[in-house]
Amino acid sequence: MIVKIVSKNFDIPDSHKLHVALKHGRYTSLEKLFSMEPAEVVEEVSKSGLRGKGGGGAHTGDKWKLIPKNHPLPTYLVVNADESEPGTFKDRQILEFDPHLVIEGIIASAYAIGANHSYIYIRGEYVFWAKRMQEAIDEAYGAGYLGKNIAKSSFSLELTLHRGAGAYICGEKTALLESLEGKRGHPRLKPQGKEPEWFFGAPTVVNNVETIASVPYIIKNGFEAYRAYGTDNSPGTMLFGLSGHINNPGIYELPFGVSMKAVIEQIGGGVLGGKELKAVIPGGSSCPILRADEIENITLDYESLIKHGSSLGTGGMIILDESVSMPLAMKNLFEFYHHESCGQCTPCREGTGWVDKILGRLLTGDGTQEDYKTMLGACDMLNGKTICVFAPSVAFIANSYIKKFKAEFDALCKA
Amino acid sequence: MSAFVFTPENEEKFAALLQRYPQKSSLTLPSLWMVQYQEGFISEDAIVFLAKKLETTPMNIYSVASFYTMFNLKPVGKYHIQICKTLSCMLRGSQEIKKHIENRLGIKAGENTKDMKFTLTEVECLGSCGSAPCMSLNEAYKENLTIEKIDAILDSLA
Ligand SMILES: Cc1cc2nc3c(=O)[nH]c(=O)nc-3n(C[C@H](O)[C@H](O)[C@H](O)COP(=O)(O)O)c2cc1C
Ligand code: SF4
Ligand code: FES
Repeated sequence: MIVKIVSKNFDIPDSHKLHVALKHGRYTSLEKLFSMEPAEVVEEVSKSGLRGKGGGGAHTGDKWKLIPKNHPLPTYLVVNADESEPGTFKDRQILEFDPHLVIEGIIASAYAIGANHSYIYIRGEYVFWAKRMQEAIDEAYGAGYLGKNIAKSSFSLELTLHRGAGAYICGEKTALLESLEGKRGHPRLKPQGKEPEWFFGAPTVVNNVETIASVPYIIKNGFEAYRAYGTDNSPGTMLFGLSGHINNPGIYELPFGVSMKAVIEQIGGGVLGGKELKAVIPGGSSCPILRADEIENITLDYESLIKHGSSLGTGGMIILDESVSMPLAMKNLFEFYHHESCGQCTPCREGTGWVDKILGRLLTGDGTQEDYKTMLGACDMLNGKTICVFAPSVAFIANSYIKKFKAEFDALCKA
Repeated sequence: MSAFVFTPENEEKFAALLQRYPQKSSLTLPSLWMVQYQEGFISEDAIVFLAKKLETTPMNIYSVASFYTMFNLKPVGKYHIQICKTLSCMLRGSQEIKKHIENRLGIKAGENTKDMKFTLTEVECLGSCGSAPCMSLNEAYKENLTIEKIDAILDSLA
């Protein structure tokens, strides 16, 4: 099942060093890249159907096309390496084992949208990976792959690594840009129509690390080669993750459209300790949970997961065995969401805390039916009343736990 | 007068970074990091110093610094253990690991040892779910933790 496009060099010793990376194909897309017009690059990526790997699955080419022509301010490319969604640990593999692939992708993407400066925003905890990435950036500058006239072309690009400092919400693209501007990471109100992002008022594209790392293959081999993998609406591959109660936790690059169950059994080696599977959180904790009996026909692509009432998210699957108490798992996640709410919107800031508290009461045996109703009400309040989609996603996941495992919640409520 | 000043190296770094952003305020997080590496935490003096340097108010710097969990507004121990408490780690036994550390150090999560040798903090997902349970010790990740591993790590810390 495994297909190695982005992860091709992961197992090569010292793959992060420039001289090794060069031996294994890095920067070979540049010749073709600079023979193309930027608009042609955008078109190629558009046709490949590449979708964002940061959780939303937006069409990358469509996003790039939103950059206005002839804007008075420079254009920026911001790479999202904030990776904080529970269950997600894929971007760090790319940063660790193939940082030059990230740089190669940044060169292509920046060239396509006309950016001469790019920032990588990396979560503060990733100290090792920030160092790794910075070493690669320094090597690339030294070898003429960054800076003025890259690979003797007329294209110049600066690349700056910027560290966050511990805030999940800074992965949300507008909060990330606020943070990059030196402020609290507060998501911005979204415009009515389609627009690019804005960094200090300048047109900006925000893309996930893995999205950017997928670009060189498309440039070098053409959109059809990428489309040879995956499905019509979810073309190509994704770095899927397995964690929790699974025998072989890890990151595996797979074409979209493979069976979730087969991946768990064949690649993941099945549930840890031979226990029964109880549930799967399909793509990071913000995706509604699926009961074991629901995953039978699920394939790992955007459409299949939506059809089954969840979403593909970041592809980071969390496996839960029969022993897990669902109210406890839900409480764990609500502690997370309460801690990570940026605090701008009252329903989100307070509601996540209420639900956490009520779940705590239920779990210690002091909960009542009234508590249960209050909890449902608080979850309801999270939906559709806030600045960003953080709160609505929390509402969706809450509903999935409560509805699908209702008996476990009922059992905890006194009269 | 604020008592905090950047070391000459940090002054140099600051000047170099200034060239890399369209506006000065972008240097807020990088500057807070420099302060924390220089002093171990973000003191009020340093906040006043940064406000001047970034042409803003101390309250604004404070408001930003307090938003991000990694900025220490109080001193922390020589060894800062940050253990992940989120779901993938919980499923793999992070609670037992935490209790074991608490017992060995004689403190609860969120506290320092009296001699300021250790600080134990519970944190949310570290992006290491595939090698859970996981913690960060000062800045290094320690993964696939077991009670034996924790004992060996704690024994090795002078
Ligand atoms: C609460 C929240 C957290 C997010 N965290 C991340 C993250 O850590 N990394 C990431 O790449 N995208 C994250 N996103 C998605 C970004 O907003 C954005 O859509 C993405 O970076 C765009 O890149 P892509 O189109 O290449 O996926 C998050 C979104 C939300 C709402
Ligand atoms: S929904 Fe929550 S995270 Fe999003 S802006 Fe409002 S308070 Fe912040
Ligand atoms: S849940 Fe602990 S590292 Fe992700």
